[in-house]
Amino acid sequence: MTDFGSALGAALSLVIRLDPDLAEIVLLSLKVSVGAVFLATLIGMPLGAAVALFRFPGRTAIVVMLNALMGLPPVVVGLIVYLILSRAGPLGVLGLLFTPAAMIIAQVVLVMPIIAALTRQVIEDLWTEYEEQLRSLGAGPGRALTALLWDGRFTLMTAVLAGFGRASAEVGAVMIVGGNIDHVTRVMTTAIALEVSKGDLALALGLGIILIVLSTGINGAAFVLKEAAQRRHAG
Amino acid sequence: MTAPSTLPVSTSILPLEFYRVSFEAGGKRLIKDLSCIFAAGPSTIILGPNGAGKSLLLRLCHGLLKPSAGQIIWHGAKGRDPSAHQAMVFQRPVMLRRSVAANVDYALALRGVPRRRRRDMVAESLTETGLARLAHHPARVLSFGEQQRLALARAWALMPQVLFLDEPTANLDPAATHTVERVITAIHAAGTQVIMTTHDLGQARRLADEILFLHRGRLLEKGPADAFFAGPRNDLARAFLRGELLWRRPRDDDSDQETRNG
Ligand SMILES: Nc1ncnc2c1ncn2[C@@H]1O[C@H](COP(=O)(O)OP(=O)(O)OP(=O)(O)O)[C@@H](O)[C@H]1O
Ligand SMILES: [Mg+2]
Repeated sequence: MTDFGSALGAALSLVIRLDPDLAEIVLLSLKVSVGAVFLATLIGMPLGAAVALFRFPGRTAIVVMLNALMGLPPVVVGLIVYLILSRAGPLGVLGLLFTPAAMIIAQVVLVMPIIAALTRQVIEDLWTEYEEQLRSLGAGPGRALTALLWDGRFTLMTAVLAGFGRASAEVGAVMIVGGNIDHVTRVMTTAIALEVSKGDLALALGLGIILIVLSTGINGAAFVLKEAAQRRHAG
Repeated sequence: MTAPSTLPVSTSILPLEFYRVSFEAGGKRLIKDLSCIFAAGPSTIILGPNGAGKSLLLRLCHGLLKPSAGQIIWHGAKGRDPSAHQAMVFQRPVMLRRSVAANVDYALALRGVPRRRRRDMVAESLTETGLARLAHHPARVLSFGEQQRLALARAWALMPQVLFLDEPTANLDPAATHTVERVITAIHAAGTQVIMTTHDLGQARRLADEILFLHRGRLLEKGPADAFFAGPRNDLARAFLRGELLWRRPRDDDSDQETRNG
């Protein structure tokens, strides 16, 4: 218990002093996760919306692939991305393995299916309600899609945050493709795993605290925003 | 409410012809072998008990549903897309999650009305429907009746040649009903063909030039409103006007209607 107490004290002082090592790790984590969620949203949202609205060749294949990806354990995703990016792999020439870019790619693969699936649900529900009205007003598929995305914006934000949650909490995939290299690819989750195994509880706890504060902060803000918006627009 | 059409006849997409139209869903025939012509001019009201197929008929007219058999023809379309000249106010209004004014603006934008002209048109249609002071409220927090008026404002701003209205005053208080009837009369007077349904017989008397009586998916009577209210030829229509519960009649009633009244 005293161990834990002193570790907690040291952790808090690291956080309050804004320890440079700790700050570097936190910043890189945010860069990787935010970058990955941004790209995953760019791909996943139109994909989910298209699957919800349109019947096109290859649609079933996309649905099956998205579902399969969603069920994959992160380490397996990490392994696949590792194989693709490794020197002998198809994208080996890019030399991306063990860089933050590789970690972003792995997280995009993890997060995109979640965002696509949630988007599909939101857009399908809205379409049921809006279809006749939008068709009556003469909205073509493109205009209908933009209207649905806009009207679903608050619910879709939750989808993005769910993606961010998965990205920032994830260890296995980024560990494999990033390698947890100090000052290069070390992020919060991999650092925590390493420091705990080394017995340095202070840094691990400090990072843990920041991770918790970040995720509750973001989710809390999102919740408040969504509630306010829903009250404003009555659902 | 007879109004001369201000549109030259040649530009109208009317007349609309239903030729032996049937509509099936869920293994049931819901519209049965319906033939009729909606000509430009008289404002038309479709009457009939709940479940008669009034809303389905309007959806078929508007092109939201495709008939399972028969043909629906816009004789005046002449190569134009008839749907671009129609608007519909649904039985349950659907509002986008934006302001009252933005809902009307969106509809105009979809029809390609330039932005600088939209603002005045939005303001005018909201003023006419008594919604001007709510212009910047989110549309979905409006009361049901206000939403119905907004749906009417939105349809009206489009200045369609044909306007379909599905029970536009079903949830309105007397004053709002009066407003909506005034707006419908104005729309009709401006040359828009009005085809609507209602359960308010007083309203039908006030607004209709022509009545269609529908029962269990069949068109049982169609004719001038005066004659219909003076005494329908069809005995089911007579019973309907007297306020009898038509759905209590035995099922075999409707199988031979047309022979009995045709
Ligand atoms: N998609 C559908 N599948 C199966 N049955 C349907 C479908 N749509 C409508 N119906 C049935 O068709 C009948 C006519 O429906 P419609 O909505 O046109 O009635 P209505 O005359 O407008 O009635 P109300 O006065 O209650 O509005 C009803 O019995 C309804 O249950
Ligand atoms: Mg109806």
